[in-house]
Amino acid sequence: MSHDRPISPHLQIYRLPLTGLISISHRITGVLLAFGLIGAVFMLAQIQSGMLAYLQMQNLLHTLLMQLILSCFIYALMFHFCHGVRHLIWDAGQSFSRETLTRFALIELSLSLLLTLLTLMVLL
Amino acid sequence: MKAAQHWGIQRLTAILLIPLSYWFIAFLQLCLHANFFEIKAWLTSPVNQIALGTWFVVVCYHAAIGLQVVLEDYVSNRDKQLTAIWGVNVFFAGLALSALVFLFQN
Repeated sequence: MSHDRPISPHLQIYRLPLTGLISISHRITGVLLAFGLIGAVFMLAQIQSGMLAYLQMQNLLHTLLMQLILSCFIYALMFHFCHGVRHLIWDAGQSFSRETLTRFALIELSLSLLLTLLTLMVLL
Repeated sequence: MKAAQHWGIQRLTAILLIPLSYWFIAFLQLCLHANFFEIKAWLTSPVNQIALGTWFVVVCYHAAIGLQVVLEDYVSNRDKQLTAIWGVNVFFAGLALSALVFLFQN
């Protein structure tokens, strides 16, 4: 079989447009955030267990590794939020044109970064 | 659940999460900086208790229906897919329930 035949642009070689990359990232961040919920419930459980457990958890949250993980989760949350709002705008039948796609994608990316920085300034 | 209903609930939970997530960020901020009595006081005030409780329930529901779509797309074997979706639903229902128990037991 000849190997120099033209190849159809399947997922592994097709360069996704920016909106496509954001779309798959929306899924990935969604799945990650779902797993993060286990951590959120764990924090409630520690508070309910009493002062010692709470202090242990607080110390853990202040380690460099946990602050890094927390920052990543905040970014994932803000990204998922921004693209989620984008989906709601699409659902309202707005902004499907080719020119607005990349412009909106850039707005989403900058806004999610800005929201992350603002939140981390309050949090950390 | 009908597909249109599924779609609608995904959007409804998404819209609800926009204001409710404020309480989760506030909760995180307290977990990082408040002492035990401060966070206890915050958590037992009715507005925070109800808002954070609602956030946990809505976010678990949103996560479960989101993961269902992911499983429907990537698990081709129908039996495995249904088992996985069932597992996700049970897991997140349990997670929401335990969050409510932790929040309201006192």
